[in-house]
Amino acid sequence: MSEQVKTQDVATNGEKKLTKKDLFSMFIRNNFLLGSFNFERMQAVGFCFSMIPAIKRLYKGDERKKALKRHLEFFNTQPFLAAPIVGVSAAMEEQKANGAPIDDSTISGVKVGLMGPLAGVGDPIFWGTLRPVIGALGASLAITGNIIGPLVFLVFFNILRLATKYYGIQYGYKKGLSVISDLEGNRLQKLTEGASILGLFVMGALVCKWTSINVPVVLAHLTDQTGHKTVTTVQSVLDSLLPGLLPLLLTFFVASLLKKKVNPLWLIFGIFAVGILGYWLKILA
Amino acid sequence: MSLIQIILVCLIAAIAGMASVLDEGQLHRPLIVCTLIGLVLGDLKTGVILGGTLEMMALGWMNIGAAMAPDTALASVISTLLVITADQSIGKGIAVAVAVAAAGQVLTIFVRTLTIGLQHRADKYAEEGNIRGIDIMHIIGLSLQALRVLIPTLIVALISVTTVQSLLNSIPEVITKGLQVGGGMVVVVGYAMVINMMAVKYLMPFLFLGFVIAAFTNFNLVALGILGLVAAIIYIQLNPKYHVSAGQNRAAATNGGTVSGNDLDDDLDD
Repeated sequence: MSEQVKTQDVATNGEKKLTKKDLFSMFIRNNFLLGSFNFERMQAVGFCFSMIPAIKRLYKGDERKKALKRHLEFFNTQPFLAAPIVGVSAAMEEQKANGAPIDDSTISGVKVGLMGPLAGVGDPIFWGTLRPVIGALGASLAITGNIIGPLVFLVFFNILRLATKYYGIQYGYKKGLSVISDLEGNRLQKLTEGASILGLFVMGALVCKWTSINVPVVLAHLTDQTGHKTVTTVQSVLDSLLPGLLPLLLTFFVASLLKKKVNPLWLIFGIFAVGILGYWLKILA
Repeated sequence: MSLIQIILVCLIAAIAGMASVLDEGQLHRPLIVCTLIGLVLGDLKTGVILGGTLEMMALGWMNIGAAMAPDTALASVISTLLVITADQSIGKGIAVAVAVAAAGQVLTIFVRTLTIGLQHRADKYAEEGNIRGIDIMHIIGLSLQALRVLIPTLIVALISVTTVQSLLNSIPEVITKGLQVGGGMVVVVGYAMVINMMAVKYLMPFLFLGFVIAAFTNFNLVALGILGLVAAIIYIQLNPKYHVSAGQNRAAATNGGTVSGNDLDDDLDD
């Protein structure tokens, strides 16, 4: 409380400053970034919605209208990494409100300049690695009926997400424009590459362990000396070579089709059709 | 279903609808939605199992840029609802979920087009300096996404169980068993999406490493995850490309160039 009073004192001295409460309120609002996502300007309204506590604090009258307008421009990035961009924008708005020579196009330029690279880092880390890895962990428990599965997924993913968003805003606000020079270093590249390795490794394991293709076509019936009967199927031969070979080949086939811009929904339906046909012809089980 | 159950199911549907556009807390993922619906309908175990099954299938379904994933929210709500109330197999649940996910994708694209109107209203409010107006536009957008899942759910919940049952029971066995076979394979679409997103040729060995280790051991996913993390750390520690830049030209630019090993630990803890 005393801190807030202090900052308000500063404000009366003529300098406008965002309070801790403003930043926290921006963090809360940032959790609703994609609420009114639309195909024209995507996260634009959501970004403005996140910036409103800062705009309210810093501007009045015409300046406020201009500020609202410049944050309704096209915006789209990975939603968790939008937080540092909100922080940087807030820092710039604060300077501008105190008379620094920052024009509208500079703020827009910084936003546009950050959203591409941050999406490039955030998508593989969060959508490509963390969610599938934690999701697979939770799902593998859940399939056995274990309630821990959903809880693990919900808790772990959200701790990582909220920490990213909370510290993201703080970091962006404190660092301001110097965030850009951080982006140029190789820390982010290391993080992205490390995440990709973890993601690919786990995907490889999932392809093998959690995909089921079984070809029960019988190749031979053998009876050994003790009278014990063994049935050799296509699948048992494949498994003795390399378990999970068919899923791996199918994965690469699907990946190459996706690269050719085949709609994933068609692939999903196609695979179900193959499943029904294969079951009917008794070559899949 | 009792009235209270219908209300709670609708509430979950609304939350899942909002969560699916926000993509923040993951309350729209099958693992969570199916569990919640199971809880409300008094069959937690079926909910959890169906959730796990569908989550595996949808692992790589993601919204990137303007590309929309099939709708997991509506699919999870409706499939769990039908499996539990009409006493159907997990296999039929998968069949329902896939059909609904496709339909739901069309619905979400429709709503995301509709919200363009809200964007233009928000522009007008900005001209007037009306902050409340912008807030309201944003919240209306979010509410439309809640309705997108709530309305179809309510319709399905109100159809009599016997009608649904006879409808689902009329599906021949070859279809449902075949769909279950397909369900085991269809997970690769998600894996392929993730792989496509991250695979650069020089990192592909890690995919094969994970594959072979999983093929010839009984390690669970925690163990495999730790192995993957270790592989990533070692790769980055040993990679000469990071040493050149950390030691020389970047030294001045980044905090005076701390020891790259420490830097890396920080990065991976983040």
